[in-house]
This record gives sequence, structure tokens and C-alpha cells, in this order.
Amino acid sequence: MKHPLLAIGKSMLGSLRDLMPIILVVAFFQFLVLKQPLPNPFELGLGIVFVVLGLTFFIYGLEMGLFPVGQTLANAFARKGSVFWLLSFAFALGFGTTVAEPALIAVAAEAAQVAAQGGMIDDTNLARQSYASGLRMVVAFSVGFAIVLGVLRILKGWPIHLMIVIGYVLVVVMTFFAPREIIGIAYDSGGVTTSTITVPLVTALGVGLASSIKGRNPMLDGFGLIAFASLSPMIFVMAYGMLL
Amino acid sequence: MMTLLSEIGSIILATLRDVVPIAAIIFGFQFFVIRRSIPNLGRVLAGFGYVIVGLGLFLLGLEKALFPIGKLMASQLTDPEFLRSGVDVVATSVRWQDYYWVYLFAFAIGASTTIAEPSLIAVAMKANEVSAGAISVWGLRIAVALGVAIGITLGTFRIVTGAPIHYFIISGYVVVVIQTFFAPKMIVPLAYDSGGVTTSTVTVPLVAALGLGLAETVPGRSPLLDGFGLIAFASLFPIITVMGYAQIAHYRAQRQQPSNKSGSETRLSNPAG
Repeated sequence: MKHPLLAIGKSMLGSLRDLMPIILVVAFFQFLVLKQPLPNPFELGLGIVFVVLGLTFFIYGLEMGLFPVGQTLANAFARKGSVFWLLSFAFALGFGTTVAEPALIAVAAEAAQVAAQGGMIDDTNLARQSYASGLRMVVAFSVGFAIVLGVLRILKGWPIHLMIVIGYVLVVVMTFFAPREIIGIAYDSGGVTTSTITVPLVTALGVGLASSIKGRNPMLDGFGLIAFASLSPMIFVMAYGMLL
Repeated sequence: MMTLLSEIGSIILATLRDVVPIAAIIFGFQFFVIRRSIPNLGRVLAGFGYVIVGLGLFLLGLEKALFPIGKLMASQLTDPEFLRSGVDVVATSVRWQDYYWVYLFAFAIGASTTIAEPSLIAVAMKANEVSAGAISVWGLRIAVALGVAIGITLGTFRIVTGAPIHYFIISGYVVVVIQTFFAPKMIVPLAYDSGGVTTSTVTVPLVAALGLGLAETVPGRSPLLDGFGLIAFASLFPIITVMGYAQIAHYRAQRQQPSNKSGSETRLSNPAG
């Protein structure tokens, strides 16, 4: 065992190195392109210290908490052998982590505004709110569905590229039929659903499942859950836009 | 000092609120369905504690340092006054070429924020572990960062020119599908995943600010219609660069050892089936 303080110090240096590119980019544009002094240098320095500390703790906790939990759950479900409970867990994880996602709440509110301006819904507070919360539910459901589908794929060993290609074809076909206003939002909604805590958990779950099921290769079958989780909201959101 | 402490407290509380549903699902299933206690429970809980405190501090730091200056920069760089300062005074309209600082900023900020993205670090660590070191943490992170940079640059170009988003996205899909059949099979699922992990805590707020700033200042664009879409670009292009990275690595390895066939080629070798 290394001394914990030494380990933390070392990973803090690593976090600082991860952050360096941003600092350089900001400094370059601020001083050389925009030719302006830094606003609030003290706040800025303090913020950078927080970011470095935060990244260090996060990665430390990742290896201590999130990765092992995903792995343990995957092993336990594989041993229990109940597909029903595994799939319910997959759905709960996808739905539960997405429905409260702050980025999604923000995008849903903006989408409601677009819809109201485009005349798809009445321009009243109530109509906008119901549209936004409906959209949130649709996206959360679609992520739950995606994780279920992804877990099923790992269990059955279905080839991922076929499923992704089918997803792409659906996206492309629906693009031509969905209202123009919803397309940008639908495309973006795929990206906002996967949060910083969900990604490590879902990855550990997939890799854990693929390594504890016989005949599955963690590299070939373990990854891909995130891909489903970012593709399926696009399809569901466009469907929502078409039906409403 | 007191306000700082209360800021830290409130942001950690907010992070805690985000984690509670996840923790409830995990521990609920653990206790009611699996009915077995988690090994090293204390250690795991401490790990969750570190994640919450870490993410809270990370977000607070970003809000204090990076987001204000990044958003300010995005709005200054897209300001027509700034854009005109380099060109003839006679020119009344701004051409798409005049946005070169915007493209450079989009490229640089896309690449640098992706390098610092915590969820990408997590996936790269896992991929390195699973592939027994064949995929290097930094190789993957740089490939993804390059993809995000290209994606966001193209996305800003699209906002400036007003070209329809689906042409770009559909062409991207076609490239992904073609690459899928030629890339080493082992990388394909990871490449698909890398599209989704790039866009979270660090990248999204800055990129969204850039998109909205552009859509507001470019004549003829509506922030509501054209401000969206950068995230979609940022999640599509990493798929292409990650597969490209693997293809180049594979090609170079093959040239060195022409007789050595990769073992991972045997499975899933018939893409049509």
C-alpha cells in the first residue's frame, strides 16, 4: 500500500495536468486574441484550485465506490440468474438517473419555448410546462429502454453494429418526417442524458456483466450501453414531436 | 469566507440530490432483490462520499472560474464588432471566413474541455483495464478530444452558414457505418460509447454558450432554431476519430508484422450476419 497522502498528491498533479489545456486555451484567447486582462484573477485562481481538488476526489472515489458497485451488482445479477430483475434494474437505472438530470430539465424547458414559438403548442405557461415535463418523461423512458436493450444485447451476444445502424436509419428516416423545430433538440437530447455519475456506473455494469457471463468478451460486449443511451432519446424525442 | 463555505455546502447538497436517486436504486436492488450485503460496504460508501464531494467542488470551481470567462469569450468572439476589426471597414456584412477566430476557439475549447471531462477519464480507465493495456488511457482521450474539436468546429461553421443540421449528421452516420466494417472489431463498441461520454459536465455549458452566442449574433439565425445541435456534433465525431485511431494503430501494426492476424477478428467477422 502506498501512503494515501502521497497517492492523493500524485493524483492531484494528474488533475492539474488534465486541466492545463483549458487554462492555456483561455489564457491564449484572453491575452493574445481579445487582448483583455483577466476579470477577477482571485476568483479564477480559487476556482481552478476547486476544480483540481474536485477532479482528484472524484477519480479517487470512482475507483473506491462507483466501479466496484457496478461490478458487484453485475456479478450478483449474473449469479442470481434472474433476467427479469436484471432488466428491471437496468430500466430503473436508466430512467432514474435521467429524469432528474439538470441538463435535461434545462433542455426540456428550452424545447417547450421553441415548440410554443413554432405554433406546435399553445403559448401559455401551462402548455409549455406540460410539454416540457412530457419531453423529460419521454427522454428518461428512452434511456431506461436503451439500457434494457443494451443489457439484453450483452446477454444474447447480439452484434452491436447492426443495432446501431438500425438506430441510425430510424433517426435519418424520422428526420424527414419530424417537425423542423424539434430536430435540433432531438439530436442534442442524445448528448445530454449521460451524466458524470451514470457513465462510470453503466460502464462498470456492462463490463462486469460481459465478464461474468460465459462466452462474452468484456471488450466486445461490455461496452455499448452508453451508445444506446445516447441514440435512443433522438428517436423517442422525434416521435414525441411527430405525435404531438 | 462564510459565503464561500455556504456555496460549497449548497453545491455539495445539490450534487447529493443528484446522487440520491442513483444510490436509492442501487441499494434498493442490493437489499431487496439480491439480498446480500455489499462487500467492503464502508469503503464503497466512502468512495461515494469522495465522488459527491469531488463532483461538488469540481462544479463549484467550474462555475467560479471557467464558465464566466468561457461564456464571456464566446460572446466577445462572436461579436460583429470584433469580427469586423480585422477586415475592411467598407465590408458591411460578415462573411463565413471572417469567423476564423470562432472556429479556432471552437476547436481549442472542444479539445481542451474534453481532456478534462471526468466521465471520459472513467471510461478510458475502464477500457485500459479491460483491454489489458492495449488501449492507452491517453490515446483514447486524445482521439476523443480531437473528435469533439472537429465536431464543434463544424458545428459552428454550420451555424454561421445556416446549412441544415441533418446533412452533416447523416453524412457523419454514413462515415461511421462505413468505418464500422473496416475498423478492428474490438474497438467498435468502445468507439460508439465514446460519442456519448464526451458531452457532460465541462463541455456542455461552454459549448451551449458558444452556440447560443453565435446564433444570436450571426444575421438571420434564430437562437432557438440554430443554437441547438453543437452537442450532437460533439457526440458524433468522436466515434469517427476513435475508430480512425484504432484503424491507424492496426494498420501500422500489420505493416510491421504482415503475418500476424489479430485474434479479435475471428468473432463477429461477418458483419452482414
